[in-house]
Amino acid sequence: MLTKDPYHEAVLTVRDLRTFFRTDDGVVRAVDGVSFSVGRGETLGIVGESGSGKSVACLSALGLVPRPPAYHPSGEVWYGGRDLLQCSERELEALRGDRLAMIFQDPLTSLNPYLRISRQLTEVLEVHKGASRAEARRGAIGMLERVGIPDPARRIDQYPHQFSGGMRQRVMIAMALLCQPEVLFADEPTTALDVTIQAQILELIADLRQSTGTAVVLVTHDLGVVAGSTDRVAVMYAGRIVETGATEAVFARPQHPYTRGLLASTPRIDTPPGSRLEAIPGLPPDLGHLPSGCPFHPRCGRVVDRCREEDPSLTVVSAAHAAACWNSEATA
Amino acid sequence: MTSTRTNPRTNPSLPPAAAGNRLVAGTSLWHDAFKRLQKNRLALASGIVILVLVASCLIGPNLIAAIWGYDYETQDLALGARPPSWSHPFGTDFYGRDLLTRVLYGGRVSLSVGLLAAVVAATIGTVYGAVSSYAGGVVDSVMMRAVDILYALPYMFLVIILVTILGKSLLLVFLALGAVGWLLTARIVRGQVMSLKEQDFVAAARSLGTPARDIIFRHLIPNTLGPVVVTFTLTVPAMILQEAFLSFLGLGVQAPRPSLGALINDGANQMLVFWWTLAFPGGVMAVMLFALNFLGDGVRDALDPRMRR
Amino acid sequence: MKPASMPAAPRNLLEVRDLSVRFPVTANGGWFTQRQESLLAVAGVSFAVPRGETLGLVGESGCGKSTTGRAVLQLLRPAAGEVVFDGLPLHTLWVKRGRSWAWGPELRDLRRRMQMIFQDPFASLNPRMTVEELLAEPLRNFGFPSGPERRARIQSLLETVGMDPRVIRRYPHEFSGGQRQRIGIARALALGPDLIVADEPVSALDVSIQAQILNLLQQLRANLGLTMLFIAHDLAAVRLVSDRIAVMYLGRIVELASATAIVSAARHPYTQALISAVPAPDPVAEKTRQRIVLQGEVPSPLNPPSGCPFHTRCPLREDRCIHELPELRELAPGHTVACHAVSAPAGRG
Repeated sequence: MLTKDPYHEAVLTVRDLRTFFRTDDGVVRAVDGVSFSVGRGETLGIVGESGSGKSVACLSALGLVPRPPAYHPSGEVWYGGRDLLQCSERELEALRGDRLAMIFQDPLTSLNPYLRISRQLTEVLEVHKGASRAEARRGAIGMLERVGIPDPARRIDQYPHQFSGGMRQRVMIAMALLCQPEVLFADEPTTALDVTIQAQILELIADLRQSTGTAVVLVTHDLGVVAGSTDRVAVMYAGRIVETGATEAVFARPQHPYTRGLLASTPRIDTPPGSRLEAIPGLPPDLGHLPSGCPFHPRCGRVVDRCREEDPSLTVVSAAHAAACWNSEATA
Repeated sequence: MTSTRTNPRTNPSLPPAAAGNRLVAGTSLWHDAFKRLQKNRLALASGIVILVLVASCLIGPNLIAAIWGYDYETQDLALGARPPSWSHPFGTDFYGRDLLTRVLYGGRVSLSVGLLAAVVAATIGTVYGAVSSYAGGVVDSVMMRAVDILYALPYMFLVIILVTILGKSLLLVFLALGAVGWLLTARIVRGQVMSLKEQDFVAAARSLGTPARDIIFRHLIPNTLGPVVVTFTLTVPAMILQEAFLSFLGLGVQAPRPSLGALINDGANQMLVFWWTLAFPGGVMAVMLFALNFLGDGVRDALDPRMRR
Repeated sequence: MKPASMPAAPRNLLEVRDLSVRFPVTANGGWFTQRQESLLAVAGVSFAVPRGETLGLVGESGCGKSTTGRAVLQLLRPAAGEVVFDGLPLHTLWVKRGRSWAWGPELRDLRRRMQMIFQDPFASLNPRMTVEELLAEPLRNFGFPSGPERRARIQSLLETVGMDPRVIRRYPHEFSGGQRQRIGIARALALGPDLIVADEPVSALDVSIQAQILNLLQQLRANLGLTMLFIAHDLAAVRLVSDRIAVMYLGRIVELASATAIVSAARHPYTQALISAVPAPDPVAEKTRQRIVLQGEVPSPLNPPSGCPFHTRCPLREDRCIHELPELRELAPGHTVACHAVSAPAGRG
C-alpha cells in the first residue's frame, strides 16, 4: 500500500521489499514487506530504531547488502523503468554514484583513509562522466566549494583524517552529488555529529536539494531531524513500515501506538524538568523470534486479541496517511 | 535448574517473583565459541585425530608390551630390518626393534614436550605481558626491551651451547623451549591489554575500588585468552618441531629412547634401503602437525567473529 | 572559648574550583623527534552541587565534559584545581609512588560514596563475568563476605533497577543495551554512594529505551536521595533530569544557570545556538522557526583560540573577545555567563 504524493512524480518506487539473513540462530527477516516511493525534489524520511530494518532497506534497494549472509532481496525496486533487483551487478555499478547515490553515517570509515580525497572525488567523475583528470579536478573543487569547504583548491589534496567530522560529511555529500544524481540515500548522515554541526549539514542538504531537485531518502532515528527536514515520513518497526504519510499529518495525529510512543518518549527542550517520560515498555524486537500477529503487540498499550493473531497491513487513514494497526482510526 | 535458552531477554517490567525462584543459566562466550568450533568439520576431525593419537601414544606402548611382549628397546638382531608385516605393522628397524612401538613412544615424548613447553610458554608470556602493559611507563619499556633482546638472540644457537655445556637431557630441552616460546605470547598479550585497559569496564573496576592485582587477573587476562589460546594451539606444533629438530641433531632424547625426531634422523639415513623407517615416523609427525594446525585454525575462527558483540 | 563541636555537614556535597586536566599528546615534530604537547582538556572549571541536586553538564564533543566527570571522581589526576567532596579535599589524597601517582587509602575508601555510570553499555561490563560476579565485585572489594547475604543484596539491587533477579547467572552479551545499562546502574549503586556521575548514560541507547532509563534515573534519584552530575550532549535529556545546567565549550564553562533559565533565557551566544540547533519533533514549528546556524568548526583543543574560545564562531564577536578571556559573571541571581558582549561592565540585576 503506497501513499502517493500527488504533487511529486515518483522517481524511485520500492514494492514489497524483503531481505532475509541467514544466521546461526535461523533466518532473520530484516526487511519484511516494505513499500515506499519518493518523488522529484521531495525528501522522504524513514525513521526507526536499531533493528527496524531502515538501513538494510536502503542498502537492498541499491544492491549493497552482502550476500551471503543475506539472501537476494525479493520484491521490486523501480527506477528509470527498470527493476533494480533484477539488474546485473555491472548495470548497478553504472547507476551507483551517477544516478543513485548514498551517504553513510560515519564518514571516517566510508572514505578511504589511504587515498587523498582528490582521488576519491575525481574517480567518480572519471568513471561515470568520462571526464579527464583535469576536468574532474575542476569539477570536484567546484563541488567542495558548494558544500562549504573553505580553501577547496588546497584541501582537496588532503587525506580524510585531516578533516573534522563535519567536514568529512560535507566531503561525502560532495562526492555523492558530483554527478547530480536523481536519488540520494542518506543513512543517518548526522547521527555521529555534534548538534550544531548537524544543523549545518541538514541546512546544506536542504539547499542542495532545492537547487538540484534531487529526491532524498533520509534514514534516521531522530524525530526532530525528521520533523525539520522531511516532506513525508515512513516509520519502521521490526522490518516493516507501520505508519507513513505527510510529515505534518503523522506528527499531528499519529495513528500507530509505536509512533505515538516514540513521540511521547522523546524529551523535548520544553518538557518541564522532572517530568516522567511516557516510555514504551519492553524491549526492541528480536528479529529472529518475532511474536505472532502484530510485531509490536508485546509492547503495545492498546493490544486486543486480534493483535496477537493477525498481522495488520497498512490501511489508509486519510489522504496520504496510512497505518498498520487494528486500532487506528481506519480500522477501529 | 533448567537452562532456558528460549528468549533470553526478560521483560524488565515483569514482576520479579513470577514463576518460582529458579535461576536462569547463562551461556558464556566460551560456550558459544565451543559450539561454533563443533560446527567446523575440519577442526572437529582434527580434534578427533589428535585425541586418537594422544590415546595411542599414551597406552599403545604398554598395550603392545603386554600383548606381544616387546617394548621400544627389545632388539632382535636376527630379525634385522623388516618391512611392515602382521606382527610388526610398521616394520622393524636395523636392530630388529618394533617400529610401531618406537613411533608411539616417540610420539609420547613429542606430545608431552610440545604440550608442556607450550603451556609454560603461554603462562609466563601471558602474565608477563599483562603486568608489563598494565604497569605502563618505565616498567613497561624495560620489560619489553628485555623481550626484544631475547627475541633477537639466535635461540637455536643458545640451546645448542647450553646443551653441549650442561649435557644432553630431555628436561633441558624442555626448559630451553619453554624459555623462548613465551616471547611471542608476551607481545601479543601486551598489545591486547594496551587496548583493553582503556575500556570502560576497567575504569569501572578501578572506580569500584578493585586493586590492580585483581584487575590484571580477573579482568584483563581473561579477556586476552582468545588470542592466547589460538597462539597456544599453534605453538604446540612449533614446539614439537623444535624438539624434533634438536633430537635430529642428537641433542634431545638419548638412544635407545626414541623421539620422533631421532627416528626421522635414523630413517633419513636409511631411506633408500629401508623406506619404512622414514615413512612411518615422518608420516605420523606430519599427521600430528596437520591436525594441530587445523585445530588451531578452527579455534581461531571460533573465537574470532563475535567475541565482542 | 566555645566547646569543640562537630561541624555541620556542608551544604554542598561537591565543590569544584578551577579544575584543569591536561593530556600529553605526541604530535609530529619532524624526522626524528616527536613533540610532546599537552592538550588542555579542561581549563579551569568551577561549580558547586548541593546535596540532593543534579547538575547537568552539557556540551558537544571535545568540550571536556566527560573528562571533568572523571576528574571529579579522581579517575584522572587533575593538573590543577580543587575538588572538595563533603568537605574533604580530594586532590590532597593522592600519594606518590616512585614516578607516578596513585590513590591514597582515604581516596580508595571514598569510592564507596561516589560512583560512575558509563556511556557504553557494551564496553562497561566485562564480557566474561556473569551479572552476579559483576555486581559482587564492589561488594567484595569492601569486605562484604560472600554467601547468601551477598547474593540477596545483589538480587535486591537488580530489582531496584527493574530487572528480574533470576538472571544473575547470565553474561552481558545475552542482554540488550538498555538492560546492560540497568546492570551498570545497579553496579554503581551497590555500595550506596552519595554522588553519582552519569557520563552520557543514555547516548548509546535507542530512543524508546532512553526514556525508560531516564525515568529510572529520576526515580532512583528521588528514592535514594542521590546527588548527581549528569553529563550529556542532548540538551533536552539534560534539562529533564537536572536542577541546574552548566554549558561547556572547549574546556570551559560558558554559562551556568537553573535548567529552566538555560532553556528559556539563555544569554551566552553559544548556548543560544545550541538550543536553536536542537531539532524538535514538531514539523510545524520546525518549518517556521529561525535557526541560528553557527559557521565554522569547533577549534581543535590542541590549538585553542586566544581570548574567548568561542570568538571564532560567535555572531556577537567584538575586538575584546579576540584578546581577553571573559570571566563568569553573575547576570541574574544564580545565572552566570562568560561573555563580553552580553555582560554589562558593572553589575546589573
